Order: sequence, then C-alpha cells, then structure tokens
Amino acid sequence: MSSLQEIVDRVVGQAKPGEQVEAFASRGGETSIRVYEGEVEHFVSAQSEGIGIRVIREGRTGFAYAGTLDESAIAEVLSEARDNVAFGTPDEWAGLAEPDGVEPVPQVLWSDALEQFPTAKKIDLAKELERLAIAADSRVRVDEADYQDGWGEVAVATTTGIRRAGRENAANVSVGTLAEDGEDTQTGFGFSVGRDPALFDLQKAAREAADRATRLLGAIKPPSKKVTVVLDPYVTAQFLGVISSTLSGEAVIKGRSLFANRLGEVVASPLITLIDDPTNPLAYTATDLDGEGLAARRNMLIESGRLNQFVHSSYSARRAGTASTGNAVRGGYAGGTPGAGCLAMQLAPGTRSQEQLIADVSDGVLIQMVQGLHSGVNPISGDFSTGASGLLIKDGKIGAPVREFTIASTLQRMLLDVVEVGGDIDWLPSRAAGVSLVINDVMMSGE
Amino acid sequence: MASQLVESSVAESVLAVAMANGGEFAEIFAEDRRSTSAGLDDGRVEQVTSGRDRGAGIRVVVGETTGYAYTSDLTERGLETAARAAAAAAKGGGKGVKVVALGSPSSHPVNNIDVDPTSVAKARKVELLLEANEAARSVDGAIVQVSAGYSDARREILVANTEGVFATDAQVRTAFRVSVVANGDSGMQTGYESLGHTMGFELFDRHKVADVGLAAANQAITKLRARPAPSGAMPVVIKCGSGGVLFHEACGHGLEADLIAKGASVYRDRVGQLVASPLVTLVDDGTMSGEWGAIGIDDEGNPSQYNVLIQDGVLTDYMWDYLRARKEGHKVSGNGRRQNYTYLPMVRMTNTYVLNGTEDPEAIVRDTPNGVYVAKLGGGSVNTATGDFVFGMTEAYLIENGQITEPLREGNLIGNGPQVLQDIDLLGNDFAMGSPGTCGKDGQGVPVGDGQPTLRVKSLTIGGTAA
Repeated sequence: MSSLQEIVDRVVGQAKPGEQVEAFASRGGETSIRVYEGEVEHFVSAQSEGIGIRVIREGRTGFAYAGTLDESAIAEVLSEARDNVAFGTPDEWAGLAEPDGVEPVPQVLWSDALEQFPTAKKIDLAKELERLAIAADSRVRVDEADYQDGWGEVAVATTTGIRRAGRENAANVSVGTLAEDGEDTQTGFGFSVGRDPALFDLQKAAREAADRATRLLGAIKPPSKKVTVVLDPYVTAQFLGVISSTLSGEAVIKGRSLFANRLGEVVASPLITLIDDPTNPLAYTATDLDGEGLAARRNMLIESGRLNQFVHSSYSARRAGTASTGNAVRGGYAGGTPGAGCLAMQLAPGTRSQEQLIADVSDGVLIQMVQGLHSGVNPISGDFSTGASGLLIKDGKIGAPVREFTIASTLQRMLLDVVEVGGDIDWLPSRAAGVSLVINDVMMSGE
Repeated sequence: MASQLVESSVAESVLAVAMANGGEFAEIFAEDRRSTSAGLDDGRVEQVTSGRDRGAGIRVVVGETTGYAYTSDLTERGLETAARAAAAAAKGGGKGVKVVALGSPSSHPVNNIDVDPTSVAKARKVELLLEANEAARSVDGAIVQVSAGYSDARREILVANTEGVFATDAQVRTAFRVSVVANGDSGMQTGYESLGHTMGFELFDRHKVADVGLAAANQAITKLRARPAPSGAMPVVIKCGSGGVLFHEACGHGLEADLIAKGASVYRDRVGQLVASPLVTLVDDGTMSGEWGAIGIDDEGNPSQYNVLIQDGVLTDYMWDYLRARKEGHKVSGNGRRQNYTYLPMVRMTNTYVLNGTEDPEAIVRDTPNGVYVAKLGGGSVNTATGDFVFGMTEAYLIENGQITEPLREGNLIGNGPQVLQDIDLLGNDFAMGSPGTCGKDGQGVPVGDGQPTLRVKSLTIGGTAA
C-alpha cells in the first residue's frame, strides 16, 4: 500500500503548466462500542479513506473528492476537479497556501498505548462506566454507555511547495443518564477523553453524569426577569464556539462579522483575554498543522477587552492584505476549499473558584446546560437566545433547580457584560477550553 | 441503469460469511452516492464540487449484540472481509446454518425522476446561482452579502438480509439555498430561504430560484427594523408550512421506538391515550412523493409507509426499525434510516406533518389579541426524556389586537412537548409542507420534511430580551 504522502505527491506531480494543484488524502479507523444493561449493544469497527483534489487555474477553482484511494478513482477525481475549474468565477485572490518559514511546534498526537489497547478492555471500560453511573445514585438509570476511539493519518501536497503528513489517535468514554423521581425525569451525561484509556477517570465521569441528572429533579420553570448568569465551564466552551465565528477572517472579508472594521477597539470587558493556541498541549484540539499544512500557532485575538486580530487562512489573509495565521480549517477530504477558523480557544483564567464567584451573586442563575445554540443564536446579527437549565442563585447561595427557560442578550453585550472569569479552566473535548464566566444583565424568560 | 451494486450471488455468499459464527441476523447495506454542488459567495462562483462516496456496511446480530463493519471496497473480497469483521464484533458463539437465496432485488419507487441532475450541464447549475444572487441584490441597497448554494445527489442503495429482504432504491435529491446579509442602522440582519425536493432538475421548472433569492432578501430587509422579541409565556401563531419542526421536536423524536425501549421518552406507555389536543392528527409519511424526506425503501430495505402516529389527539403507534420491531414483536414501519454506509441504522422520521384543521388562518390571527406570529422557524432540538424542546424563530412578528404588526429579532422558543401538544387550541385549513431539513440524532444527519397548517399554541415561552 502506498503511503499517503506518495499518493498526494503523485497527484501534484501531474499538474499541468499554469495550474495549481492541491491533494489532501486521509485514512482512518474507528471503534465504537455501546453497552446497555451490561451487554454490548453494538460494536462498530471499520476503516475508511479518501482524497480531495483542488485545482486552480487563472483564478478559478474546481474541486472533487472520492471516498477511496483506488488509483483509477484518483485519476477520475483529478479529472473532475479540472473539469469543475471552468465554472468558477475568476478570483484574483484565489490560490494555495505557500510555505511561510514557520516551523510547526511538535505535538504528541499519537499514542502507541491506545493503538495496542486490547478490545476486551475497551468493552470492560464501557461496562464499568455503566455500573459506576448506576451505583452513583439509586434514582439513576443509564441509557447509553459508550467507548469510542479513532485514528487518522493525513497528507497534503501542493504545487506551491507544501508537503506535510501527520497522524493522530484519541479515545473517549461517555455515559448518558436518566434520573427518575415519581413522574419527574431528568437527564445527564459524563465523559472522559484522552490518548491513553488506562488513564480515564471513570469515577468522575459517572459522578458527573449522575449529578447532572439528579440535581435537576424537581426543577421548576423560573419567572421572567433580568439576572446575572454564571456559566458553567462546559457552557462557556460552547459560548466561545459561537464567538469564534465572529473572529474568522473569512467572515470579516465577506462582511459577515459583527467585529469587521473594529480591530484595535474595545469589544469586551477588560477581563476578557481570548487566545487561540493549538500549540498548547493541554488543549483537546492541540495540533501542529492547520488545514492547509501550515504550522499551527498561538494567536492573541482579544487582549484585555481590545480586539487584537482575526484568524486567517491563506485566502482570507491574501484578501485582507495580511499573512495566514495558520488557521485554515478543512472538513476532511470532502471539505473543499478550507475556511478560516479558531483551532483551540481559551480565555485567560481568573483566580477564583466557581463557588467564590457564586457567593458574590445576589440574584442569578448558574447555567449548567444550554439547548438550541444552533437555532436561536445568530453570530452575524449578534442575537443570542438559548434554552437552558440550571440552579437559581439567591444572595450568594445555590437555590432551586430550574428548567424550560431561555437566556437572551446579544453577543456584543454579553462580552462587555462579563464581570468575572473563573480560575477553574477545564480542557474540555471541544475547540474551546471551559472556565466559569459571570455575565450581568441577561434576560431570563420563563413563566 | 448500471449494473446492480452487489450481485445477488455475491450478496448470498457474503451473508453466509457474516453468519459463519452463528447469529440471528445479517445484513448488507451498499451505497453509491454521486453528488454535485456549487457555491456562490460575495458575487463569485467560488467552487464547483463533484463527490463520490461508495461502500457497504455489514451488520450481524447475535442475541442483543450488533456487530458492524464497513468498507469502501465493494468487491466480493472486500465485502467478505467486512462480513468477518462484523461477525467477530458480534461475537457469535456457534456455527452458522442460515442460508438465504435472494433472487432479484425489488424496488418501490415513490416518484419518478424526470430530469436526472447528472444529465444537466454544470454551466446550467452555475447559472442558477447567478440568477438568485442578482434577484436578492436587486431588492434593496441594504443587501450587502449574498451566498447561494446548489446541490444534487443521486444515492443508489441496495439492502440484502438473511430474512430474505432484497431491495434497491435510487434516491435523487436536488436543493437550492440562499442566505443574505443586510446592513442597517441597527446592525446586520440575515435572511435565509431554501428549496429541496426528492426530485431531479425539474425542481427548477416548478420553482424559480429568483423567488428563493427574493424571499431571503425580503426577510433580511424586514428584520432591519425588527425590535427585540418579548420575553415570557404568551400565545404563538405559527404560519402554515413553517412550523412542522415544532412537531418533529415536541413529539416526533419521542415516538421513536429505540428511545421508547430505553425509557428515554415522555411518550413511553402512552399508546391509546390522549397525548395531544383532539385537533391534532400527526403522520409520518415516507411515501410523500417528491418531498425531502421521501424514500422508496428505508435503509433496512423495507418499503416506506404512511404511518399515523397521533389520531385526533390519541397516540396510535410509535415509529420502528428492524431491531426494535423484532424485540417487541411489532411490524417494521419503514423508519430504519442511516446517514450513509458508515453508520448503523436507527429509528428516524421521514416527512412528519399535521393534517388540516378547519379554521380560517386569518381568523386565527384575528382571534389572538396579543401574541407572536412566527412566519419562519429555524432549527430545533429536544430532550426526549424530559420533553423540553426549543426551536428558533428566524422570522416573527408581534400580534397586537388581532393584527400582525412589528417584526421581531431572532430568538428561541421553549416548551415542553406533551404540554404544547395539549395547548394547540386552533388549527387552520391551509396545510403546507415546509423547507427541507436535516435531522440530527446520535451524530447522524438524514433528510426530513415537515408540514402543518397555520395553528395556535395558547402558551409558549418566547426567549427574547424585551421585558
């Protein structure tokens, strides 16, 4: 079997004069095990592969992909991509990334321990997690306990001289719970992630899954009023995910960012320092390369409330008259031209625990889960409205559980209304790290 | 049409390999999907993409355990390797004896495709983008950005299993979308409109892409003068063809038999009971010709069906896939679907809709002194175990003194499924299907449709910012 690098090199070697060609190939595998009531419910084990080819000629771009690395299929993909070039509109900024001399910061993305981890133990982990979650509280049942792992290798080559390859693997366990008390049912989840399943913290995952469900039992619908919200680290990570699209250089150049033309201005509370740093090995999405094969790097996006920079791919950078920040993001081999996006965001943490933050809130809600970030939040207008559940806060103390309400504001206001960032940074399995966040003047809609 | 995805004799021998270690059931799901998409943004046709995804997944069921493996290699050797992997994953103990003779596959097309999109020149597809762009930009100088997307896909599937199911289907879907940004004194607003049907390029004989562009642009322009949405519980009128997602979330997911089996649905043990206002008759209908969720067969090889889920407010049945039906001794309902060959099937909706009522839609608004009129809903999501669901309103207006008045900014609405179903107190006679949707469940997306007549929910919580 050819190496991926050989495959993409061969494609790029077929470029005709006047043609830019990029080939991106990947191979990967997954194991997915679900346990229910002590038995394996399903066991999925498989491998997949594919290639995407981008051709640019006279400013026009064409793309094609196939979910195979079969030689004859690759030839067809190249020919389709070439054919598609004719239909693009010439774009003076179209082009592939070029080597920029920035050396990648090496990351440990591969674990031999995971590669060699025996199947029977994977099943045992899921079974053990199910047992622990059920044992955590007599009111708790488990509807799914999962073990999943995956590995992937990629290679990219371009006629502009990019030639990179890498591989990584990772695993996780997760559990979904139902807590029941009379007619009342609430749900929770817990997880543990990493590159060495032997280090998973099953106890913590089970405890969190049981707590998330049981603490909402007896939850009431709260009244409608303005409150201070304390976002759990898990919720903050999702909030940052929404913010990230406003910082994409591509959104900026195409007039879809509410922060366009605001570089250097104050856009957030002085407590907000937002960094995108995929070179930090603690970040779940730490990586050495971006989607175009440039070195991933640390970028300061908002510094003490002031908008410092956007994140760019080579295309958005060329149009904006700047250099790529190593933030090209690509949706796998089928993804087409990479976009520009954050890779591993984190807020500079404060110093106090969540408990200490709550002690200073006179009338508020601790938001532990949100629902509907995809439907009620518009990162272009900034309108923010999401379903939520959590615990009321009165005079610095945790009170009744609440559910079936929304919290709403605008992204612009929420960033300015941040009154404290917690010290409890949590490297969650997402593109952003979590940390407790206190935000004033958020509208809570309930009864 | 080209030759069968997997020859009958090959399917027979692969199923035999899958059952070699014993087991109750084995299945081959093979898929060949060719797609074309084209995107316009910022005035340029950015990229035309051609895609090909081809492969098969093999499922082996032993006791309560399902083993699954997939491959992009559709040769006999590739399929047998996957079959062995699936059998090993299912950990069958005994010796296989089941032999199945498949004959020729059946097919159950729900509609004809007049113009196969693969026969249409790419240049024509690109022209559609330019037409929509021009139409949207013509609406108002405040339109500052337009993006448009065209996509078509031809998905051929073949399913063979050890119970003798052997069926094929060719699912052709064509879609078009426009999203628009308008800029005004109060900042930017967006508009979105889409069109998608299980049909070929004849879609564009029946619908004009310029109209899609105009609708998206008008929505964004209207929202430039939108005021903050109210906050709290109030009556909500939902325009016909815009709110099927309400039922998809408020009860559709909760009627999926896999969630019922695990007790993760508020509708467990409720068949035969009144679960909704007697005005409500809810149907899931995979046979609805041309609609986005239409399928000839589901991804387990069973013909799609017209299934009544709620009749006059009474819960009549759940939706089923093979595994759940087998366990409960129920008939399958044509709802076993999967995103593609790399996934296991599970219970999924197709086209889910509420049948007509009798009210004049205008009278519904007139009879609502104060509330919110939702003209277009965005996506939604539900926690089936608690019934709490949200859905976004992308175009909404205040109702004041029985009149639709000012436009509102975007936000989510939140409610509890069983409560909201009871609270539907007026149902119009103007049934319409809504926009094409992608339903996500357990990481898999499948195309679904929804529809309803104009209706009123007497109390829903609006997640706005105004007091």
